[in-house]
Amino acid sequence: MTNVNPPHTGKQNPPIEVHDLTVAYEQKPVLWDIDFELPESKMTAIVGPNGAGKSTLIKAAMGLIPSSAGYTLIYGKPLDKQRRNVAYVPQRESVDWNFPISVMDVVLMGRYPHLRLFQRPSRKDREIATESLKQVGMEEYAKRQISQLSGGQQQRVFLARALAQDAAIYLLDEPFAGVDAATETVIFNKLQELRTLNKTVVVVHHDLQSVPDNFDWVMLLNLRMVAFGPVDTTFTDENLQKTYGGRLNILSQMVERSRQQRFIRETES
Amino acid sequence: MDLFFEFFSLQDPNIRYVLAGTILLGISAGALGCFAILRRRALVGDAVAHAILPGVCLAFIVAGGKDPFMLIIGAFIFGLLSMVTMDFITRNSRIAPDAAIGMVLSVFFGLGVVLLTFIQSTGYIDQSGLDDFLFGQAAAMVGTDVRVFGGLSLLILVLLIMAYKELKLVSFDIPFARSIGYPVKRMEFLLALLMVMTITAGIQAVGVVLMAAMLIIPAAAARYWTDSLRVMLVIAAGVGAFSGITGSFMSFTAPAMPTGPWMVVSAALMFLISFLLAPGRGEIARHVQRKKLSFKIACENILKTIYSLEEADGRTDRVRTCGELAKKRHIPERKLQKVLTSLLKKGLIAWYRGNPDGYVLTVTGRDEAQRLVRVHRLWEQYLNQQLHIAEDHVHEDAESMEHLITSDIEDQLRRSLGSPALDPHKSKIPYKDDGGKGGRPGSKLPDGDNRINNDPEEYPLKPGKSDKDHKKREGRS
Ligand SMILES: Nc1ncnc2c1ncn2[C@@H]1O[C@H](COP(=O)(O)OP(=O)(O)OP(=O)(O)O)[C@@H](O)[C@H]1O
Ligand SMILES: [Mg+2]
Repeated sequence: MTNVNPPHTGKQNPPIEVHDLTVAYEQKPVLWDIDFELPESKMTAIVGPNGAGKSTLIKAAMGLIPSSAGYTLIYGKPLDKQRRNVAYVPQRESVDWNFPISVMDVVLMGRYPHLRLFQRPSRKDREIATESLKQVGMEEYAKRQISQLSGGQQQRVFLARALAQDAAIYLLDEPFAGVDAATETVIFNKLQELRTLNKTVVVVHHDLQSVPDNFDWVMLLNLRMVAFGPVDTTFTDENLQKTYGGRLNILSQMVERSRQQRFIRETES
Repeated sequence: MDLFFEFFSLQDPNIRYVLAGTILLGISAGALGCFAILRRRALVGDAVAHAILPGVCLAFIVAGGKDPFMLIIGAFIFGLLSMVTMDFITRNSRIAPDAAIGMVLSVFFGLGVVLLTFIQSTGYIDQSGLDDFLFGQAAAMVGTDVRVFGGLSLLILVLLIMAYKELKLVSFDIPFARSIGYPVKRMEFLLALLMVMTITAGIQAVGVVLMAAMLIIPAAAARYWTDSLRVMLVIAAGVGAFSGITGSFMSFTAPAMPTGPWMVVSAALMFLISFLLAPGRGEIARHVQRKKLSFKIACENILKTIYSLEEADGRTDRVRTCGELAKKRHIPERKLQKVLTSLLKKGLIAWYRGNPDGYVLTVTGRDEAQRLVRVHRLWEQYLNQQLHIAEDHVHEDAESMEHLITSDIEDQLRRSLGSPALDPHKSKIPYKDDGGKGGRPGSKLPDGDNRINNDPEEYPLKPGKSDKDHKKREGRS
């Protein structure tokens, strides 16, 4: 990938600023007043227990689901003006893997932000897509239908699509879910490479053990932001206890109670 | 037959018109239907089609008779209205989408039937042709109708081709489409609009009751043949066109009969053919695959059985009789015969006549049997060691996995387990490279020699003469 410098408008504007973000599903808040600024060219992990609102945070920050309050700035500008600069990798389950489409076609979608409406991808776009596939070791699979891929391969295809987008910021929702050690290494190496190219990388992550070795910053999340900062100072037992020590967390108890009392459709997401 | 030639000679300009109209309709409905079923909106299409009826009736009332432009406007308004209503109900109530679709379908259609009977009872309005909109009547199309409805189909096709990339994206991955700032709402609206347009274009030839089938069936048939969206669109369009031709032909030969049912039946026939015959996914292909796999498994099991008998008595030079194998494996005699014949043909076993007649493994056969036993035991060891499954629970699983483990996976197993010597049941795992000492019991034969090192005293063996001979003798035993 070419080494595009992020479009700074002065050093002071961080890649992502999220202000007072509050999100509610059917009137029940699941994220309270989240407020942070991501550091430039760093790898940040978002960790927290299941249902902590990690996916919700990324989706809301990207404006994919409505939020009750708050807004996001990308390099100091409104999100909608900067979307091309943010590559979002959804959770793997978010699409139908039986869809009649080839690996190449999926990766080519990463080029769509660079194309006008109704404009077809050019040969150049195809070359970039092939290159992205190569970078995740999937070039032989370009013609395959996506249903013939294993979970780890699907994840790599999603990563290749994000690479083809050639963005400055990468947001990945659980790219390591259900992948084997080999794929994990491929993905980690690729992300680290992105960081050396001055890209900003955010990963929703479940494996706490691998956080200190692979990430610079960490956000601990459980319906609110418990802590956010460099791994060395933030990824402490005390903070982890606060995040994962479920029973002590009054907030999650209240959410649980409200859930029991009212009918809620969990399946829609 | 004369009718057939008269129709397909296309001498009659009217026939040409009608045919062009129905073919265009079939193509656009088939192609659009692909997006409808991939986005799981097929039922919405059915509801919209039914909901158009009141629009058709109102168009008759306003125009005082049949007028294609009025019809399109009326159909369009009610099509969109029904979509908005479904959307509104699911958004603002706790009613699930399927219930909302059912409600809109029946209420709108009910209203349509009320208007229909009202028009029929007044007699003020020229109601000729109104009934045709229920089940379709292609032959009733005159020049203007064809131009209007055919033009609409053409417009749909152009829009589909133009927005192909966008529609594909929105059908596949909406969150991603939103994340890169695509106008997802507008794309979804375009798809809704296209659906209403298609249904409107079809009310004359197919009718409101069955129109949804022309969206769903060709697309469903096409999915059997391909994994590419582009090809799927083309095949669905082809199936649609074929139904269109059938429809017009029937409408021409039997003017009293409605066209819609004929079109649907011919599309359904194409679906049935796809369902049965499509390579790979069709039922017949799948049946053949299943049979092949089960035969392969039976072959491999017999090889393994002979090998385990060798393992048990340590003798590779002793024949195993048909009865012995059948008893060990609980396999019907006839199937066993087929399996043995296939193994003989592949050179994995050899047949020897004598007293008794029977089979021995050839060198390649023994290698193959050994490989099966090896992956079986490796798999058991893997389950036991790495997944912590008790050793008395691993055999069943290994029985089926051994037929699926490729050499690649075998290598991975060996690497991750460090080529263990024993399986969880303390049986030796036979490796190819341990020089015939380890798991190869009594293997005294030099490689490449598949002669039998028999003891003529005990088993006086002579190689069987021919395949026929083998069959004859086995038949008796
Ligand atoms: N569409 C929805 N409607 C209602 N509630 C929802 C919806 N999506 C998520 N939730 C709820 O919001 C909370 C946060 O969900 P989210 O998916 O963000 O969690 P997560 O941290 O990503 O969890 P996981 O680790 O399981 O992926 C959960 O309690 C979940 O039940
Ligand atoms: Mg999640």
